Amino acid sequence: MSEQVALTGNEVMSQAMRQINPDVVAAYPITPQTAIVQTFSQFVNDGDVDTEFVPTESEHSAMSATVGASASGARAMTATAANGLALMWEVLYIASGTRLPIVMPVVNRALSGPINIHCDHSDAMGARDSGWIQLYAENAQEAYDNAIQAVKISENKDVMLPTMVNMDGFIISHAVENLNLLADEDVQDFVGEYHAENPLLDSENPVTVGPLDLQDFYFEHKMQQAVAAENVKDVVLEVAEEYEELSGREYGLFEEYKLDDAEVAVVALGSTTGTAKTAVDNLRENGVKAGLSKIRLYRPFPAEEIAEALADLEAVAVMDRAETFSTTGGPVFADVRAALYDMGADVEAVNYIYGLGGRDLKVEEIESVYKDLEEIVETNTVEDRVQHLGVRE
Amino acid sequence: MMSLKDIAKGEDRLSGGHRLCSGCGAGTVTRLIMNASDNPAVVGAATGCLEVSTTIYPYTAWEDSFIHNAFENVAATISGAEAAHRSLKKQGKLKEADEDKDFIAFGGDGGTYDIGFQSLSGALERGHDMVYVCYDNGAYMNTGIQRSSATPKGASTTTSPAGEEVPGKEQYRKEMTDIVAAHGIPYVAQASPFKPNDLIRKAKKAFEVDGPAFINVLATCPRGWRSKTEESIEITKVAADTCFWPLFEVEDGEWTLNYKPKEKKPITDWLERQGRFKHLFKPKNKHMIEEIQEHVDKRWNEILKKCGEAEEE
Repeated sequence: MSEQVALTGNEVMSQAMRQINPDVVAAYPITPQTAIVQTFSQFVNDGDVDTEFVPTESEHSAMSATVGASASGARAMTATAANGLALMWEVLYIASGTRLPIVMPVVNRALSGPINIHCDHSDAMGARDSGWIQLYAENAQEAYDNAIQAVKISENKDVMLPTMVNMDGFIISHAVENLNLLADEDVQDFVGEYHAENPLLDSENPVTVGPLDLQDFYFEHKMQQAVAAENVKDVVLEVAEEYEELSGREYGLFEEYKLDDAEVAVVALGSTTGTAKTAVDNLRENGVKAGLSKIRLYRPFPAEEIAEALADLEAVAVMDRAETFSTTGGPVFADVRAALYDMGADVEAVNYIYGLGGRDLKVEEIESVYKDLEEIVETNTVEDRVQHLGVRE
Repeated sequence: MMSLKDIAKGEDRLSGGHRLCSGCGAGTVTRLIMNASDNPAVVGAATGCLEVSTTIYPYTAWEDSFIHNAFENVAATISGAEAAHRSLKKQGKLKEADEDKDFIAFGGDGGTYDIGFQSLSGALERGHDMVYVCYDNGAYMNTGIQRSSATPKGASTTTSPAGEEVPGKEQYRKEMTDIVAAHGIPYVAQASPFKPNDLIRKAKKAFEVDGPAFINVLATCPRGWRSKTEESIEITKVAADTCFWPLFEVEDGEWTLNYKPKEKKPITDWLERQGRFKHLFKPKNKHMIEEIQEHVDKRWNEILKKCGEAEEE
């Protein structure tokens, strides 16, 4: 059973949270995530969920309380964006290092300064090495589907790592979309009951969580965490398969759009991939063999699989909605390029940084990227490895 | 009321073998608080001496469940644990043995007065059923004696050193217990290890009330105070006798004085036992001692008034 509804991304994310029915949600409102916390508070106060809601005084405390709740044996969630995620930074590493399966929607927004409330990926990209799994969505349907799958991915015994469910601020969070909601009981069955292995609340088996871990053990624990990250890919695929049976919607590590016979392609993540699909369709009509690789699982990075999918291209453009100020390109570019190098693939790779602070990226601009790629193939030269797209210079 | 003898006979919930320094007040305070609890507990500690000394992996001195998250967030962390307990209990997901629990947060003055202040204030306002215990040794002792907002005026610390121009810390300590009381929570107290019965009684009250409770306990740090380890408990009596550290409690807004020295001692009795105040006794710093005495007198009179103990004027 599922239901066709028209909802905003934030509304549908709160619906996912209602259906997951976490034991504890500790959260702090921030634009553009606010509606998630507001709507969910209403569910709590109307008795629609069993959740204890902890309305903290900051995001730092929201993540800290979520860690306390999760370590206690509760299924715990929070949600944030931008500076809120930045304020959580310290505790993000503690959540993953403590191996707590917390799920957190992140409504992607540009980091200050200057202050800006609109979409880019500087928030989540900054946290890409914090040990959290990162899933990205093209639209609200995917964000909803990712949130439900994230619970199962995070809580898998071979993983036990927290997940950020990313969703582009305003573009997805505030736009109304036609989509399918699963039935409440189907979501409940899918995520199942959470049974923590060593909860703080088990009086018969007291446990010390977060001890001082020095030279003689810290490294081994980080190694275990790295092994857990290695396990993520397989679990993501397993969970996707199970979810497809339930929803009829197919998910992988990334989506290949007209990539099979493509000569030039774009790699991107988030809502821009929807725009890119239109560009691909337009170009295909004009005989250009254009394709798209849409990354869903960005952390841990499925390097081999992505490189394999791109290996037969002539040239590829990686789109980054975040600056690293390294002068060598954005974060996704660095990962994709390294993956191609490891594969020994003879594919020219260039980088476009776009959409910072919510700057709109139009179909024609993405089409121009493909035109650049064609020129690179034709001339066999790359003039600008890293470009900024859609900006006044 | 449990006698001190009974408490001493009871099983320790903070076991020996931890690495706290000899003469450290934090260990004494923690054992007394833990032994006053009647339920299995979830204990949290802010980063600090207590935390690093009691949980060096793969060892732990804690017989109860324990969590360390970070420096500034023990109140938020324990509030999350308490919320988890409420949620799972309400849903009937807890074993019977886990239904009655105490939630205790320990923080030093750094984790309480300073970096953890916001997290504490938030948790108190939200009304979690938890007991927050501050072991106040008046500086960041874990990192090597840096000033905090609990450091007394005139004290020499590594970031407020007694110098040629500046004679140690220039500011008075902030009255954290009063600030917590201003949150209007059910129970707030200031206690001291030299009165263990009073401390245990306060801890029991803190556990009994429904909602947040806060106990601020003076905890000697011989390293930071430059005091003799064998005088650690005695020195906390001097703190009360000089009225530097008054013992009182605030129950639903009602202030009560718990210790009135027979004879109020001069502040120099407190200062002269500690090397951190040694420079104040140089002739050029005499004014500092006078100022400190005036400040203590003023504060003591305020406490007396709040507790209804002031003499009729």
